[in-house]
Amino acid sequence: MQLTDRKKVVVKKEMSFMEKLYLPAILNGMSITIKHLFKRSSTIKYPEQKREIAEVYRGQHVLKRDENGAERCTACGLCAVACPAEAITMRSEERRQGEENLYREEKYAATYEINMLRCIFCGLCEEACPKEAIFLTDRIVPTEFKRNEFIYGKDKLVEPVGQPVDVTCRQTKEVLSFKKDKTKYHNQTFKDQQLLEGSQNH
Amino acid sequence: MAKVTIDDITIEVPDGTSILQAARMIDEQHGTHIAPPTMCYYSKLETSGGYCRTCIVSVTQGSEKDPRPMPKPVASCRTNVMDGMVVKNTTSPELLEARAGVVEFLLANHPLDCPICDQAGECHLQDLSYENGKEETRYEFNRRRFDPIDIGPYVKLHMNRCILCYRCVKVCDQLTDKRVHGVINRGDHSEISTYIEKAIDNDFSGNIIDVCPVGALTDRTFRFKSRVWYTNPVDAHRGCEKCSGKVRLWMKGDEVLRVTARKDQWGEAEQFICNTCRFDKKKTSDWTIEGPTKVNHHSVIAQNHDDLRKLQVGVKKQIHQLDGVKSELGKGPLDPNNI
Repeated sequence: MQLTDRKKVVVKKEMSFMEKLYLPAILNGMSITIKHLFKRSSTIKYPEQKREIAEVYRGQHVLKRDENGAERCTACGLCAVACPAEAITMRSEERRQGEENLYREEKYAATYEINMLRCIFCGLCEEACPKEAIFLTDRIVPTEFKRNEFIYGKDKLVEPVGQPVDVTCRQTKEVLSFKKDKTKYHNQTFKDQQLLEGSQNH
Repeated sequence: MAKVTIDDITIEVPDGTSILQAARMIDEQHGTHIAPPTMCYYSKLETSGGYCRTCIVSVTQGSEKDPRPMPKPVASCRTNVMDGMVVKNTTSPELLEARAGVVEFLLANHPLDCPICDQAGECHLQDLSYENGKEETRYEFNRRRFDPIDIGPYVKLHMNRCILCYRCVKVCDQLTDKRVHGVINRGDHSEISTYIEKAIDNDFSGNIIDVCPVGALTDRTFRFKSRVWYTNPVDAHRGCEKCSGKVRLWMKGDEVLRVTARKDQWGEAEQFICNTCRFDKKKTSDWTIEGPTKVNHHSVIAQNHDDLRKLQVGVKKQIHQLDGVKSELGKGPLDPNNI
């Protein structure tokens, strides 16, 4: 079956005398190489030197905490279902009594893993997240020597307490208004409300 | 017999049929989608229906003899057909607007906790609000709040999510031997009462999970184990002396995470199953697997298509091995053209 009409017939023809010398070809090649020595380099010396990136650059993910330091993620699985590369896996667990300050909702992600080798940094997980928990940041995923080091668990993804990762430029107006709206607190029990009111009084 | 026209499709049905049943008959015969959605009506439960008002239709001609239209939308599950009746459901924009209002009322007290709720993905209220509702709520007040209660070792009650459809009450009423009142207080204060706990000893009490259209009653043995769309539904059966033993297994790999009754196209259980089947038989070896359930492509459960496909191929292989043995396995969804 012929797919295109762009085929070329390969002809093995005898080389001429000049071609057999090889010298002109070598000189031609060398001239190109030497010419590039005097051109401006198109690469930079990373990591000493860093290229300027866009504000909304999509790099390594972060799992955010809320203003009280509780994890926002509730392991709803929407990021995993939205992920075109199937890079995200998680296992959920029920929050026990006394863990209210650790996890925002009744259910939380006991394990949450992103395979950075699979991830294509499309940002669909961020878009799917109903809890504004996952964001892509301007951090670049560092190189590793082993494949399993690219599977990022909660230890690498969740932001440390007290050191929030800045994602303000990735948060739209809608997101910010969502966060301010206290009626959007989900599945709140009496105890949660008391906790909330208590934290406001302090 | 009565001749009734629903959304310009005429059907002849026996006297005493409700408009909803007639519409469902039309859907079954013609493959259309004109049957109004239901939240409280359940064809297997007597006296169910009439609470939620999502199945409202507008009757533009009462009957042959009295062609006056009915002044208001009527609940189709509780209104019987008359000869020559003309009904509008999806063809009436005013009605769809009215239904959007009903959905808004149902959602007035319903929390937006789908990310946490185990029912998400197979929730009738989710489907209803997605198809018929409005995007935003106008409700400004605090929603009703209750703490979740364990009803017995197997069932969790989230009263927050309840839309008071009374289906579980009817199940307790009709499948257990003693009458059990399920709802206490009135109006905005009504809640499923702990009286329901008394029915939990009964072998068929687990069916309240299946009939619940929302995530108010959920399976504690499946609680937060997996999202619905990460599990693969498989039809299976076992010899059970209490019930038919025909169930749907929700599997993840070789693990049975949950057992439910088989649901028909209206989301109703085909046959109620007993608690032993539902809660105690969580091994693949307990069951004879008939084959994967056919899942609608539009359902979020079909999201797990790759695994489902693998499973289907696996089951097909099993069936090839059983070839020659005359069993039910070769039928239905295992047609190679479907895989």
